[in-house]
Amino acid sequence: MEQLITFELTPKMRLDIDAWVNKFPPEKKSSAVIAALTIVQNQENWLSLAMMNAVADYLHMPQSAVYEVATFYSMYNLEPTGQYRIDVCTNVSCMLCGCDTIVAHLKERLNIGFGETTKDGRFTLKEVECLAACGGAPALQVDGQYHEHLTPEKVDAILARLEAKA
Amino acid sequence: MVEIEINGKKIEAAQGSMIIEVADQHDVRIPRFCYHKKLSVAANCRMCLVEVGDVRKPLPACATPITQGMKVFTRSKLALDAQRAVMEFLLINHPLDCPVCDQGGECELQDLAMGYGRDVSRFNLGKRAVSDHDVGPLIETEMTRCIHCTRCVRFGKEIAGLHELGVMNRGEHLEISTLVGRAITSELSGNMIDVCPVGALTSKPYRFSARAWELTQRPGIAAHDGVGSYIYAHTIHNEVKRIVPRECEALNETWVSDRDRFSYEGLYHKDRVLTPKIKRNGHWEEVNWSDALAFAAERLRAVSDTQGADALGALASPNSSCEEFYLFQKLMRGLGSAHIDHRLRQHDFSDENQFAAYPHSGVTLTELAKADVILLLGSIVRKEQPIVAHRIRMASLTGATVLVVNPLDDTFQFNVASKQIVPGGDLLLGIAKIAKALVAGSEKIKPSAAIAEFLKDITVDDTAQQQANYLKDAKQAVIFLGALALNHPQAAAIRGMADFIAQHTQTTLGLLCEGANSAGAYLMGAVPHRLPGGQNSTKQGESTQAMVLSEKINAMILLGLEAEYDLAYAHRAQKALKNMQTVIALTAYQTPHLLNYAEVILPITPSAEMAGTFVNMQGDTLAFSALTSPQGQSRPAWKILRVLANLLAIEGFDYQTLEDVQQEIAPHLTTAKPTQRWSFAAPQLELAERLRIAPVPIYAQDPLVRRATALQHTPDAAFGGVRINSAEAQALGLAQALEVLVRQQECEVRLPLVIDEHIPNGAVYLASGIPETRDLDGAYEAIYLEQVVDNHA
Repeated sequence: MEQLITFELTPKMRLDIDAWVNKFPPEKKSSAVIAALTIVQNQENWLSLAMMNAVADYLHMPQSAVYEVATFYSMYNLEPTGQYRIDVCTNVSCMLCGCDTIVAHLKERLNIGFGETTKDGRFTLKEVECLAACGGAPALQVDGQYHEHLTPEKVDAILARLEAKA
Repeated sequence: MVEIEINGKKIEAAQGSMIIEVADQHDVRIPRFCYHKKLSVAANCRMCLVEVGDVRKPLPACATPITQGMKVFTRSKLALDAQRAVMEFLLINHPLDCPVCDQGGECELQDLAMGYGRDVSRFNLGKRAVSDHDVGPLIETEMTRCIHCTRCVRFGKEIAGLHELGVMNRGEHLEISTLVGRAITSELSGNMIDVCPVGALTSKPYRFSARAWELTQRPGIAAHDGVGSYIYAHTIHNEVKRIVPRECEALNETWVSDRDRFSYEGLYHKDRVLTPKIKRNGHWEEVNWSDALAFAAERLRAVSDTQGADALGALASPNSSCEEFYLFQKLMRGLGSAHIDHRLRQHDFSDENQFAAYPHSGVTLTELAKADVILLLGSIVRKEQPIVAHRIRMASLTGATVLVVNPLDDTFQFNVASKQIVPGGDLLLGIAKIAKALVAGSEKIKPSAAIAEFLKDITVDDTAQQQANYLKDAKQAVIFLGALALNHPQAAAIRGMADFIAQHTQTTLGLLCEGANSAGAYLMGAVPHRLPGGQNSTKQGESTQAMVLSEKINAMILLGLEAEYDLAYAHRAQKALKNMQTVIALTAYQTPHLLNYAEVILPITPSAEMAGTFVNMQGDTLAFSALTSPQGQSRPAWKILRVLANLLAIEGFDYQTLEDVQQEIAPHLTTAKPTQRWSFAAPQLELAERLRIAPVPIYAQDPLVRRATALQHTPDAAFGGVRINSAEAQALGLAQALEVLVRQQECEVRLPLVIDEHIPNGAVYLASGIPETRDLDGAYEAIYLEQVVDNHA
């Protein structure tokens, strides 16, 4: 299967990736891999194998090396997500400040577990590593926007806002 | 040099060395999992923590460079506590399945756990389990056992040059995998089994078939390529269970190719013939040795008496030992025939008298590291000689420029600075363009009349110019002629032209001959024009090609080869053999084809079951002894040849032991590096308009490896089909075709067609040495492709 599905980077993607490639020495092209994956994901919402392979070919990297990067960082989605992606930090600071309650509340409200998407395709819940928001623990992130000092009530308010927007 | 102290002992060592290297050199054992002397330092297992002088916390010995006056303590309380603690962490997720683990008994983790582990684990939560991956037929995975040392990943990236296994995910989800479930394709992949310190990667063919402590370890020499890798065979009950590398820094270092590692399976294939057989009135019967030998002698004498000794021919596999080659040629010359050859797949013999005493690789593998430019001429080197390819890769990583002139494109595991993919298989044109660029660029280079005449009409292109520039500026360049050049119909002219380039640049020319003992064959006189020791023979015999095609030979002795796979003209060779009065096959395997053309089958042992000597491509004499005793009634060929000679009343065959033979051949085993020179003469043969490029796939090289089951299931052994590029397919009206009718001479076969842009115009890729093409004819000859007309439609 994997060979049958191919993906071609759009001219815009190539242009954006080139901007990053140019920041590094010519023999260190692969340094642009994080940026390249982000560019593709911003456009496509997630990263399929075909998309990662396209990035690998474009940066002359072994495919495995791209997979390594894409699987390491929790900011990459290796499966399609819902309209909003809720990234909850469960790292040390957040854990000490009670993220377990937040996680339990989210799971109950949305009726999904980590890595799952609600039936209406609206929300995806994801467990992530440290968001670098320890000062505001517990914290979560929705599409790049930070929400800190969370309580179940605050979570309800966030969800209500998102539901209203959609 | 700096002076340090390890456990109170003063030691001098080179600046920049790591503590663990110095400790290893002085037999101070520091426990480790991720450190491997041939791989980069990862420092991720933390097992090698040691105490260093005034540093308060323990430091990893593998990643701490020594400094003047450093005091290292490997067994102090701080060090041992740290090592114990690391061991406890490593064992948290490791399953306690040693009783069912193949690594048990030879496991680095098990060994160190004995020394550092607690007998009861304090960890009472659930252990992590990881699903296994199918990474192909050679390596079995049990990834729950993995301790994430990343040796296999680093091996792939750094040594094999293929980043296939990777470190996926992170934290407690970290896994070593290909992510997509692909088979590992590197031809050195088996080494990952060796570097794995636990039972996560184990040998699939060996799985559950023996315990490490029951095995006997015997040293041997691998018999598949010109390197002659040092190996150990692990045997039990007179059976080889597995092959592992034996360290030899000058040849295979600590590695061994998959072909050398897994070919042993072929020893126990059902085709193995274990009793002598003769064909009487069209029926095969098993007979005892004396009847079989008497019958063979009688048949040989019958042909020789009626048609003269010149009707006798002999062909030997290039994997035969020196002793076999020597006795074989002595037998033939004793009978009065000089028709003996081992150059089974070659086409062009016109410059054979210019060869040195034996074909040499030009440089040794160690010298290769110093080369600054390496030109591969007609070689898919990683499939032909995997260890040489690895050495080229190492040279390229330290700055050597690799150039390629090939009749088809391929992927290389090293950077190739410039690639000339010549259309129509015209390697001579490719190398001549470089020569022309050199001549045009310097007035000092005076080509001979023949070269000047040949270069007259050649135009240089940018690639050739670039390659010429690299060679011109090189301080120490090497040109390797691979199998595609040596078996080329214009091989002599290619050699001559390459030699011309070598003479006018700082270049050494080397041949990468097929088989384990091509050099030995020359030195032993298993060529029609040379006597043992490389002396020219007064009586010139016929080459393989002439023996097979001339119809003058009426009795043929075959030693360790299969005509349908090992000869350049598979179809015509089988036909010629069938028409002969007698064919006596000294063989380890029988096939329906062999039963058809042979009259006598004398079962020989493969080199694993006998003692002997090889000479590798750099001139090293490699003696080896038997790994197991012979199976059934099979016997080493030297004994069979001795008795046959006695029966034929040939003098000088009074050997009692192999040592007697070895004493006789010792003076001929010169290991001095020969001077190789070839002068150019225009080729006598024009290339066909559409040429069949027919490399022998890596796992089809010889009868043994063709029967190694696991290797035959690798992607490398899969039939690649008839390959042409899309433009050619278009021109032939085959753009939509899935199958194609292949015609050569009088043969015709229907085969799958694959469109492959790696193949240049005027060339058709169709491998030889494989069942799909054994009924076709010449490699590097004209080939015709036609649309399949289906009668049923």
